[in-house]
Amino acid sequence: MLENEIALVTGASRGIGAAIALGLGEKGATVIGTATSEAGAAAITARINEAGFKGEGMVLNVTDPASIDSVLKAIAERFGAPGILINNAGITRDNLLMRMKDDEWDTIMDTNLTSIYRLSKACLRSMMKARKGRIISIGSVVGSTGNAGQTNYAAAKAGMIGFTKSLAREVGSRGITVNAVAPGFIDTDMTRELPEEQHKKLLSEIPLARLGAPKEIANAVIFLASSAADYITGETLHVNGGMYMG
Amino acid sequence: MSSVEERVRKIVVEQLGVSEDEVTLEASFVDDLGADSLDTVELVMQLEEEFGTEIPDEDAEKITTVKLAVEYINAHS
Repeated sequence: MLENEIALVTGASRGIGAAIALGLGEKGATVIGTATSEAGAAAITARINEAGFKGEGMVLNVTDPASIDSVLKAIAERFGAPGILINNAGITRDNLLMRMKDDEWDTIMDTNLTSIYRLSKACLRSMMKARKGRIISIGSVVGSTGNAGQTNYAAAKAGMIGFTKSLAREVGSRGITVNAVAPGFIDTDMTRELPEEQHKKLLSEIPLARLGAPKEIANAVIFLASSAADYITGETLHVNGGMYMG
Repeated sequence: MSSVEERVRKIVVEQLGVSEDEVTLEASFVDDLGADSLDTVELVMQLEEEFGTEIPDEDAEKITTVKLAVEYINAHS
């Protein structure tokens, strides 16, 4: 389904990113998964090799333009220019706004929002030339619903939606689609950090009455990356068991 | 070896999908040749590749006609 495609997945060492990287690999794409550490990158390479897929792990700091440049150069030399970009890397620095520090705000904006600006821009040139491309960013249900304690995270994720719609308008005429997938409550390290009480409350708000699996987010990403989604752009696909119905 | 002007005109023809006789020296990419803003960005990308030079954004904005493109290339290569 995605043979001859080269996909770049940021934040692929664990959680949703890991599932996306493997899911795209399974469909035949060459997958470059990035992690912030050497160990993370090595783990990605090992996982891709074990599964018998094409691609490897690379170290990337999405907040560092020089790191983005060198990774894209390395990918171009070894595999060719990515036609599929998955902006997945993201972190949380939760705090009540009254207590939030500037660096908690800034770190989230830089890692979760400015990074998609940088990476999308860096990948666009070759996509424009190829007259096709897929940019898919992983948002969050809280970008639409809001969440106490996450003003920074929710603002970044909502910003991503505006970015996605605007870029979709800019490059649609070149056969490039730009979409977002907004996961709800998915069983990953990020959600395991939540206090038990909040965990319970969130579950009670999900019509499908369970957490989502990373693979279920990957499925939505694979769909948007495939030719089955040729006519979809500027869209945010919510995958959340019904906890929020856009 | 074709001249700078010929190479620029060839790029413009390919990029904007216009016929060669429309691409006069004085032709404006936007007003005469129907380029939109994204076309002009791509045109500059193509010029950069063809002539192996980097065109800064502030210069790129001023390259609005075939003639200005040829002059820019001649002055910077």
